[in-house]
Amino acid sequence: MPTLKINGSEIEVPDGITLLQACEMAGAEVPRFCYHERLSIAGNCRMCLVEWVGAPKPQASCALSVNDLRPNRDGSPAEIRTDSEVVKKAREGVMEFLLINHPLDCPICDQGGECDLQDQAMSYGVDASRYAENKRAVEEKDIGALVKTTMTRCIHCTRCIRFVTEIAGVPELGATGRGEDMEITTYLEKAMSSELQGNVIDLCPVGALTSKPYAFSARPWELHKTETIDVMDAVGSNIRIDTRGREVMRVMPRLHEDINEEWISDKSRFIWDGLRSQRLDQPYVRKGGKLEPASWQEAFAAIAKAVSGTKPEKMAAIAGDLSAAEDMFALKGLMDNLGVANIDCRQDGARLDPALGRSSYIFNSTIAGIEDADCLLLVGCNPRFEAAMLNARIRKRWLRGDFPVGVIGGLSDGANTDLTYDFEYLGAGPESLSEVRSGKHSFFKKLKSAKKPMIVIGQGALARKDGATVLSAVATLAVACGAVGPNWNGFNILHNAAGRVAGLDLGFVPGENGRDMEAIVTGAMAGEIDFIYLLGADEIPGDRFGKAFVVYQGTHGDQGAHRADVILPGAAYTEKSGTYVNTEGRAQMANRGAFPPGDAREDWAILRALSDVLDATLPYDSLSQLRTAMFEAVPHFARIEQIEPGQPEDIGRIAKIGGRLGKSLFESAVRDFYMTNPICRASRIMAGQSAAKAAERGEATGTDG
Amino acid sequence: MLADKDRIFTNLYGLQDVGLKAAMMRGTWDGTKKFIDQGHDWIVDQVKESGLRGRGGAGFPTGLKWSFMPKESDGRPNYLVVNADESEPGTCKDRDIMRHDPHVLVEGCLIASFAMRAHTCYIYIRGEFIREREALQRAIDEAYDANLIGKNNKHGWDFDLYLCHGAGAYICGEETALLESLEGKKGMPRLKPPFPANVGLYGAPTTVNNVESIAVTPTILRRGPSWFSGLGRPNNVGTKLFCISGHVNNRCNVEEEMGITLRELLEKHAGGVRGGWDNMLAVIPGGSSVRCLPGDTCNDLHMDFDSLSALKSGLGTAAVIVMDKSTDIVRAIARLARFYKHESCGQCTPCREGTGWMWRVLTRMAEGRAEKREIDMLLEVSKQVEGHTICALGDAAAWPVQGLITHFRHEIEARIDAYAANPDHDGAVTMQAAE
Repeated sequence: MPTLKINGSEIEVPDGITLLQACEMAGAEVPRFCYHERLSIAGNCRMCLVEWVGAPKPQASCALSVNDLRPNRDGSPAEIRTDSEVVKKAREGVMEFLLINHPLDCPICDQGGECDLQDQAMSYGVDASRYAENKRAVEEKDIGALVKTTMTRCIHCTRCIRFVTEIAGVPELGATGRGEDMEITTYLEKAMSSELQGNVIDLCPVGALTSKPYAFSARPWELHKTETIDVMDAVGSNIRIDTRGREVMRVMPRLHEDINEEWISDKSRFIWDGLRSQRLDQPYVRKGGKLEPASWQEAFAAIAKAVSGTKPEKMAAIAGDLSAAEDMFALKGLMDNLGVANIDCRQDGARLDPALGRSSYIFNSTIAGIEDADCLLLVGCNPRFEAAMLNARIRKRWLRGDFPVGVIGGLSDGANTDLTYDFEYLGAGPESLSEVRSGKHSFFKKLKSAKKPMIVIGQGALARKDGATVLSAVATLAVACGAVGPNWNGFNILHNAAGRVAGLDLGFVPGENGRDMEAIVTGAMAGEIDFIYLLGADEIPGDRFGKAFVVYQGTHGDQGAHRADVILPGAAYTEKSGTYVNTEGRAQMANRGAFPPGDAREDWAILRALSDVLDATLPYDSLSQLRTAMFEAVPHFARIEQIEPGQPEDIGRIAKIGGRLGKSLFESAVRDFYMTNPICRASRIMAGQSAAKAAERGEATGTDG
Repeated sequence: MLADKDRIFTNLYGLQDVGLKAAMMRGTWDGTKKFIDQGHDWIVDQVKESGLRGRGGAGFPTGLKWSFMPKESDGRPNYLVVNADESEPGTCKDRDIMRHDPHVLVEGCLIASFAMRAHTCYIYIRGEFIREREALQRAIDEAYDANLIGKNNKHGWDFDLYLCHGAGAYICGEETALLESLEGKKGMPRLKPPFPANVGLYGAPTTVNNVESIAVTPTILRRGPSWFSGLGRPNNVGTKLFCISGHVNNRCNVEEEMGITLRELLEKHAGGVRGGWDNMLAVIPGGSSVRCLPGDTCNDLHMDFDSLSALKSGLGTAAVIVMDKSTDIVRAIARLARFYKHESCGQCTPCREGTGWMWRVLTRMAEGRAEKREIDMLLEVSKQVEGHTICALGDAAAWPVQGLITHFRHEIEARIDAYAANPDHDGAVTMQAAE
């Protein structure tokens, strides 16, 4: 623990930190542009210069380890000043250099109001320019539809380059040229392909990289900021939604060390235009084969009519991927009151059963736990597309070295797939899994010799006829290789649906003699199910519901609404307060940032109102009453932010299920990262990205002109 | 004046055969085995004792630098890297060593590598040096063939010597940028600490030395450190290659004693300043990146590290650039500023932005198209670059400008006055953007 004297006061600082961090600890603010604590140190902006008394030159504090600061000759601690004349001069000098070639276009720059250069020029710069020459102009770059460039504004801090190289693992940005002709570019005018590219917008300290879809649409100070949770995947990234009036203008990441650190995927960030289009803003009732606008009363009456003549065994309810726990709790309550046992939240047909214990369906190791693991096996998933933030965590761990990664199935290009880290492709199907499980495969030895091995099963391996057997086979492997113990549980389920874990926690699965999703649709086709309630369930093709009367409650005119006989407009995740449980089993609370459009209402409220009409009244009149009831049923939902761990012993029980593995290969549940839920499918930005990716793969989409 | 018997580079002008046989007749590779047998530390001590200071420009004691290398390996190999990226304007000493006396360097590489417990040495040669590379490679091949270096060589120290050809960037002469380039990356200086002696080439302990520093060590060992330290002046000892260019009658490379006076150097070897000693306007004594000195301050000027730095200039690479009174000194320095602007790597802010700024202002000043208050501004800008950058290129770019303003402010002012006094400057207004 070196001791330093910073601005006159002595402070003891931890080993290995940089002088910049030490100064911050001592309460001395140090301006910086290139330094970012999650990126490698570049030391190139020179804004963080401080004075080390006795040294001939000012020192770049971001690049200097406190351990390199020798004590003075007399043994007194090294003296650092951040408030001296030398430092002031140095900062002014660097600031002047940064500004001489930076355009004075703040009034038309989207970074205005949240620009590091603007802020620091105010604090550390001088008031006037002495530069009388022409400013440099840099040719514009086209690096894709998400990130807008104004390269003349670039101050060459190289944060973007370091981010895509280190964190995203897709090294598409670099610098060409040298001296003042240095330019940041994708080398070949190619669109960036990373799923995390949007983060360079946040990283860019100036307006060189800004959000293209959001361009010129708002100023930061006119936005209302709401801290909430993302539902585009099951990671539960912490986000902040910025709204103006009723509209979500943009989505920004929020710091959560255990989930998304300070990044979010492009889908989370650029989804907001999907919240504006294809919205259901009033109820509809199908009359004469055609959906016609209706009032809430008419819609409820139509449902009541359909329900009244139907026996509970002929009714069913399916909850969709984006449903909040409250919505599912209300729907389950309603179905219980109606005596309906045919309910399911697994619209993809995943063979997960809450009866097997919580550890059978959550990501037991936790996302932050990936960093502790020392061997990883992926079964039937492509984490890069299914959970981009989680994939970044795997890469982070892999970069530290000594981390063998094996993959069985789930990758569309097999061994040639780019997961942003090296992996051993063990095979594409159940046979490879059996081989590893039997202990014959060399990768088994790696798992066995690892102290904290991890196995991740994707929904692609579970949403199939032999899903339960696959689950059991993986559990056997996990037990055999020592991945499951009291201190470490390396058995992990990777979910894709934000609402899934909460649904399983709530027991939103078939009751006694109830039908599961597969049985519901078969029943509907056979005429055994006459009434189906879809709560935002959009992944099941409409023609699989046969002649059943379908009620669709949701947000977008997607697959479910097209088939529906009655449409009830609900609220999207930005428009309601709801509890979401991520794939780790961590309960988090989403907050309302805007109001639902038109006549749309919060989902629990719709169900509460409907329950009245159906004479099956739910016993709560407000969201807080509902939550009280829900917390009683599932106590750990009340422990926001915490993970209710599963019992490791359950894994051993799953291992005993056994069964025969099928022959078909494991495929990832997510083929197109940009098209995974109704909000994505309504988003033009996502459609554009999806088409661009398809064109890159050489697949025509019909929208590529 | 240095006696012929004290010359280290006896074939500097290529008058004799370059090959191994001829080199051995001149004394190269004589008794090398004997030195090796005395052990690593003995060599380092001998070099320390000789008082040899690095010949690349900074003048850091070579023996001390060598002693920084770890004596016990932690599993990583030690490397010696020889900096042959000689790109400083005015400097061409290493070039002559490599093309005319390459065996001296090859022998030096073996001895220095042995002293630092390195089995591998890389020579990073400037991109523009094609013939030099060929000559040096020939010498290396000859040494391999004669089993002087390589695995199981005569000297009992396994040693591989590789020649790596740069791509012609001045910045790659900076030691850490050189290492980056050698590793196949973009030539951009690294942050220090860690210094190369801890984390250098491929993360291993590395010493980077100038060609001349390495090439003189065999002779130092052969003739003894006291011979070397007996030449020159205290703390500035030995012989030194001077590269004399500019307005002298006979531009040349010459090996001379350290601390020789400028006047003697120019008059003995270069045939004197064109038009006589008094016709000298200024001299840049150590390659383009040191401050220039006006001619009238040079009468008793000793050419060594300490004397020149006392005058706020520097010996640098000992590339003496002489300018007589016909020189447009403002334009000359503006040209140097352009060089630094062109060669700045662009990594850190002060150098990237400052070099271009200084060049542009100087270009205007060379025409007189400036204002007098801009002179002080230019000086301040140069101070803002100096000492604030990752590597020394920022300093190198700032010093010539500072030298100009310190000593020739009157020239600039006169230029500005002349421009202002002339109402129509023959219409030749250059457009900055078009240049």
